[in-house]
Amino acid sequence: MSANAWRALTYGVPLAFLALFFLFPLVSILERGLLGSGESLAAPLDVLTDPLTREVVWFTLWQAVASTVLTVAVALPAAYVLGRYSFRGRSVAMAAVTVPFVLPTVVVALAFLAVLPERLERGWPAILIAHVFFNVAVVVRVVGTFWAGLDPRISEAAATLGAGPVRSLREVTLPLLAPALAAAASIVFLFSFTSFGIVLILGGPRYSTLETEIYNQAVRLFDLRAAAVLALVQLVFVALAVWAATRLEKKLAVEGRRGQERDVLRPLRTRNEKGLAIGSLGVLALFLGVPLAVLVERSLAVGDGYGLDAYRALSRSTNALLATPWEAVANSLFYAAGASAIAVVIGGLAAFAVAGSGRSGTQLLDGLLMVPLGASAVMLGFGFVITFDAPPIDFRSSPWIVPVAQALVAIPFVVRIVAPTLCAIDEREREAAAVLGASPGRVRREIDLPIASRALGVAAGFAFAISLGEFGATVFLARPDSPTLPVAIFRFLGRPGELNAGQAYALAVILMAVVAVSVLLVERLRALRIGWF
Amino acid sequence: MKALVTTWYKGVGAAAILCALALASVGCGGAGEKPTDVVLVTHDSFVISKDVKAEFEETSGFELRILQSGDAGELLAKALLTAGNPQGDVLFGVDNNLLSRALDGDLFEPYESPLLERVGDDYVLDPEHRVTPVDHGEVCLNYDKAWFSERRIEPPRSLDDLTDPRLDGLLVAQNPATSTPGLAFLLATVARYGEPGWQEFWHKLRENRVLVVDGWEEAYNVHFSGASGHGDRPIVVSYASSPPAEVIFATPRPSEAPTAVVEDSCFRQIEFAGVLRGARNEEGARELVDFLLDTRFQEDIPLSMFVFPVNPAAELPPEFETFAVIPESPLELSPDEIGANRDRWVKEWTRIVLR
Repeated sequence: MSANAWRALTYGVPLAFLALFFLFPLVSILERGLLGSGESLAAPLDVLTDPLTREVVWFTLWQAVASTVLTVAVALPAAYVLGRYSFRGRSVAMAAVTVPFVLPTVVVALAFLAVLPERLERGWPAILIAHVFFNVAVVVRVVGTFWAGLDPRISEAAATLGAGPVRSLREVTLPLLAPALAAAASIVFLFSFTSFGIVLILGGPRYSTLETEIYNQAVRLFDLRAAAVLALVQLVFVALAVWAATRLEKKLAVEGRRGQERDVLRPLRTRNEKGLAIGSLGVLALFLGVPLAVLVERSLAVGDGYGLDAYRALSRSTNALLATPWEAVANSLFYAAGASAIAVVIGGLAAFAVAGSGRSGTQLLDGLLMVPLGASAVMLGFGFVITFDAPPIDFRSSPWIVPVAQALVAIPFVVRIVAPTLCAIDEREREAAAVLGASPGRVRREIDLPIASRALGVAAGFAFAISLGEFGATVFLARPDSPTLPVAIFRFLGRPGELNAGQAYALAVILMAVVAVSVLLVERLRALRIGWF
Repeated sequence: MKALVTTWYKGVGAAAILCALALASVGCGGAGEKPTDVVLVTHDSFVISKDVKAEFEETSGFELRILQSGDAGELLAKALLTAGNPQGDVLFGVDNNLLSRALDGDLFEPYESPLLERVGDDYVLDPEHRVTPVDHGEVCLNYDKAWFSERRIEPPRSLDDLTDPRLDGLLVAQNPATSTPGLAFLLATVARYGEPGWQEFWHKLRENRVLVVDGWEEAYNVHFSGASGHGDRPIVVSYASSPPAEVIFATPRPSEAPTAVVEDSCFRQIEFAGVLRGARNEEGARELVDFLLDTRFQEDIPLSMFVFPVNPAAELPPEFETFAVIPESPLELSPDEIGANRDRWVKEWTRIVLR
């Protein structure tokens, strides 16, 4: 394939996907909201000048910044241990950390209400704690994966030259990590910025973010115009954040520090190292484990004692589902496979485009692909409903709409995880291969892909998890009656009766297991050298 | 400008690229064939037993496809967006609290089902039959019987009792801005006390330390002492059908319901179905509306959705006969009155209770 054709492919396919499944529905719904009623354009200013809106914008912003800083602080020690050392159970720990990330927010919020002291139950502290709980996985996995690929000889050289551990961290490791750190932080920021379920339940009735306010206007008050104005405000902030993040990443990126196809991990040798590993992973395990343990406990509670009644009830085909839980598991896996396949192909191509050259277009593409993470899921879901509606193409009730919407959220992860790795490949390796007569296609196949395969595996695992957790606009789409695990959990939770609550928690436990196992397996795929290449 | 933009993306955007991508099962086939299925658009709480669904498919000859999206509010918001070019043929799940909004949005094609003559007039709120009543459920105060008997405190008997100091700090309710039962409970107080009586009532309720949470799930499963979460509030806003559910979904089954309903506090919610304007399969849509009123489906309703059938010929399951209370004269407000005032009432409530 010629260089031009390759460039057209890596830019064209992701852009077409984005244009069709993101910009087209979003612009349509915003247009309907702003112009649909035929009134003058002056009126939306009411929403903008409303002091309540300013309050909401301010809260949305500062809680997102605070959540991001806290998440990075909590996750970094664990990312270091998992990115530097090899030990038994390392890959299991990497997969386990993903579990909180995909649990339905309602379930987690209920678990938090059960463990948080009453003083912290309502308000911003609870929101921040829950955001950290959800997003730790993003930082640990994105940064940890990148860290594992860094050449440790550089910091060893620094140590040989007399740099202490702090100086070595500040002057060598952090600058090298910066692109991955910025990538992870910007994702956490966008997730917290558009947080919805957590804010509704843990914030109590007094706190709202732009996203909850958009929902309130669009769904509770049926004021599509106010919702569209707020969605535009949200988009402006998201665009600014994305712009700042991509600039920061470009500025921080240090090239040519990576050549190994295999991770460079060391066993834990000294007592200090062992203490550090146990300490940092232990704290994280406690923080993530307590709410999860509450879910397990709830799933086993029967009357005043414990038993497996909820699980037994699940194995009978139940009315509330129209399907057995195993069918729900199968549906979830089916959607997840579709979503991660789409995300890996589109995101993988985009990662090559972004990493390909220093053109200004790459930053734009990278940034554009991030925007769906921060756009209003409510409005995008509504956009899907009004756009793909022209007969003979009614995409609205197709089962494909679900994985496509999930892929929109997963693609930025794929790009963020894969592109830094591609960028960090030493250009001299490619040049050497070219000098030896390898075509550009062969260079990509034999140099780039093997190095990127690890990152692609992690990215596929993430995409899989995102789909299992039902992120983004899918919540607001109409879907055929093939319930996924999160949908089944909602249904049980919405009915009175102890056994129903028990079954909801039991399904949440099953979801946890499915996530951990499938993420582990998806990442193993790359080890077998099968899949996408 | 607008027309230009619209033409551009309707034409080029959807048709060309979608078909080119050839996504499986999108169905780029031609229109105009006789439909073989009928599509029911509904909310996430809708449940139909497998055999009942199969029976409809067998007798009508149409496959029944069900599209579910969110709660009743999300369902209606999407239906309003797609009015005239709907996502399906029949919509089920508009209740009397949202009815005026749905009728103003011109969503439905009038259809008077022959089975409607069996249904009591109380339930038929639209004389033009754009919507057909299917079930009713009452939002009522529930209380934990054991909590009150252990402490020898008199449980609540009426709405008035809630402001009594003996029930200080015992009630958990939902935010009417975010929750359907929360809204119904607010409407119950409006129906009982009128204006400005309801505002005074809520001022007193706030003094009596009512806990307001976002949704039913949290109120019932976390804070209510009589349910699985073993919370610390023995009074909750829930449904008339919750006590039988606490019997049916408990192991072992108790001989008596652990919770009870305060009949005086009940507010009636009626759920409606209607043939969507622009339905692809109008014939199938009508058959489906008929089926929703048929005793086969009506008898499925209590145990699948925990509400009550509107067709008096439908027999209630034994658990409902024994443990459920169907309030004789629930509180009601007309859909027009609700439609005209709902947003204002919710805003005022927010100011009184939350600020």
